Amino acid sequence: MTDNALTQTTNRSGEPILAAKPENRVWKKFRRHKSAMVGGFLVTFFVLIALAAPILPISDPAATDWGAVRKPPSMAHWMGTDEIGRDVMSRLIWGAQASLLAGVVSVSLAVSIGVPLGVIAGYFGGWADAVISRCTDALLAAPFLILAIALAAFLGPSLTNAMIAIGISATPIFIRLTRGQVINIKSEDYVDSARAIGLPTPRILSRYILPNVLPPILVQATLTIATAIIAEASLSFLGLGQQPPEPSWGSMLNTAKNFLTQARWMALWPGISIFLVVLGFNLLGDGLRDALDPREL
Amino acid sequence: MLPFLLRRIVIALPTIVLISVFVFAMQKLLPGDPLLVLAGEERDPETLAFLREKYRLNDPIWMQYLAWIRNALQGDLGISLRTNQPVTELMAQKLPVTIQLAIMSMIFALVIGIPAGILSAVKKGTTTDYIANIVALSGLSIPNFWLGIMLILLVSVKWQLLPASGYVPLSEDFGQSIRTMLMPSFVLGTALAATLMRHTRSSMLSVLSTDYVRTARAKGLTERIVILKHALRNALTPIVTLTALLFGELVAGAVLTEQIFTIPGFGKLIVDAVFNRDYAVVQGIVLVTAVGFIFMNLFADAMYYVLNPRLKGQ
Repeated sequence: MTDNALTQTTNRSGEPILAAKPENRVWKKFRRHKSAMVGGFLVTFFVLIALAAPILPISDPAATDWGAVRKPPSMAHWMGTDEIGRDVMSRLIWGAQASLLAGVVSVSLAVSIGVPLGVIAGYFGGWADAVISRCTDALLAAPFLILAIALAAFLGPSLTNAMIAIGISATPIFIRLTRGQVINIKSEDYVDSARAIGLPTPRILSRYILPNVLPPILVQATLTIATAIIAEASLSFLGLGQQPPEPSWGSMLNTAKNFLTQARWMALWPGISIFLVVLGFNLLGDGLRDALDPREL
Repeated sequence: MLPFLLRRIVIALPTIVLISVFVFAMQKLLPGDPLLVLAGEERDPETLAFLREKYRLNDPIWMQYLAWIRNALQGDLGISLRTNQPVTELMAQKLPVTIQLAIMSMIFALVIGIPAGILSAVKKGTTTDYIANIVALSGLSIPNFWLGIMLILLVSVKWQLLPASGYVPLSEDFGQSIRTMLMPSFVLGTALAATLMRHTRSSMLSVLSTDYVRTARAKGLTERIVILKHALRNALTPIVTLTALLFGELVAGAVLTEQIFTIPGFGKLIVDAVFNRDYAVVQGIVLVTAVGFIFMNLFADAMYYVLNPRLKGQ
């Protein structure tokens, strides 16, 4: 910590630096992390336009215009129109909803199944651990996207099923991560003391174990959202995700590849959007990892 | 070495059994009666009864599984509904195509990823390091099917340098075969190069801070020899195993890459099977890639053992 930062903290809050809450320290480190801020900005930007889609002054994403089929970008259509005259920008903005929703929902699913299973396997050990760990190994052996495609194929093509398929495919990552963390933490002295004073197991888990395993899970979740968004785009691109005419970046690219020579803009924008939002989550995840790492101040 | 590998194989066995259970259970996810999928338009009660008997759908589920796994162990993964070919035969036909794609992609990945990782570690904190990191992170964030589309647009449509799609077997025309595979393997390879670069960098950084590197520098060796002879050798050990583990990513990436460039390989096979509701093929591919991945894992463990003399004493 530099002298400058020390005086600043003391001046502003009137308290010595040692009393700074860990959350504040994390936030401070995070704010200094330039690339993480860029990531945060990208993610916030896409979340905002996805949320604001209904109130933005854009045309109906499903409205076709046969007089303006595959028109290049112009004042009327900033990003051009698609093969049946729909506004590409409007579909891009509404498509952000599908992508972000898919990322967040599938990762929430993976976390809410994976973390409890990981805690059980790590804390209790024994046969529960053996069963859970072997199942995790088996699921991890199938490549992520292959598993998601197979599940989506058997469940039937829809955005909801794509999210379920991606969520299940991502679950073993969280089981393995949580298990490892819990095994490290349960041998700490403070957990032993908690057990020694007779605290009930649920309380030990919620008060002492969970808060300490959360940071790495948060980092992994952020990075997995990036993977999940690419996976959803891939499934939609193959026709296994969001079904037409509902807009999604992946399905827009799927149509666009048939009109590459006539309408390049149709392929350009959805790809750039996927790239930027995924880059955003990756930068954010990397930044969070550095900020939450207690080893370096 | 042998006991070490045997122990690994014993651990892998239950995993393989579980994978087969999962793959078998997948067909139970199908909405409705699987029989109606098999029968197609046919609704004749006699045909239905025949199919029910043939596919043992009257048996309890565990007996169905045992029958399925017994056949699978003998190399019989069922018949493709679409082509009426055995699934194993179909996969054997497509595999060489994907192996060629995988090998060429891996060459791109290694040639780009490892030097970039070394450079960025040696020049840590400089502009070179910064740029290498940004490029790697971008490589991880670009959906490779979109990169493929953009490359087709630029290289095939605009510059007309390379064919946009298709596949020529190596045995037919070597040069043309390499040319058609160049773009797809570049697309697939760059995605892996990003992962390789990041791991090479961190592995190299930790080796560069060890005592023996300091000793090598202290005794006056040139920086070139310190890096190439002392540091690199040790830094690459984990990278060798990582390369084996990237196999899974290669197969998954091949699905979309083959789709974009219309290459008739393993990845295109699974996508076509999904759309033709050819479930036996989908199951077969998941089973084979998962078991293949476990063998790559074993191979990676063995390589680690061979490259790391410290393990030999145990």
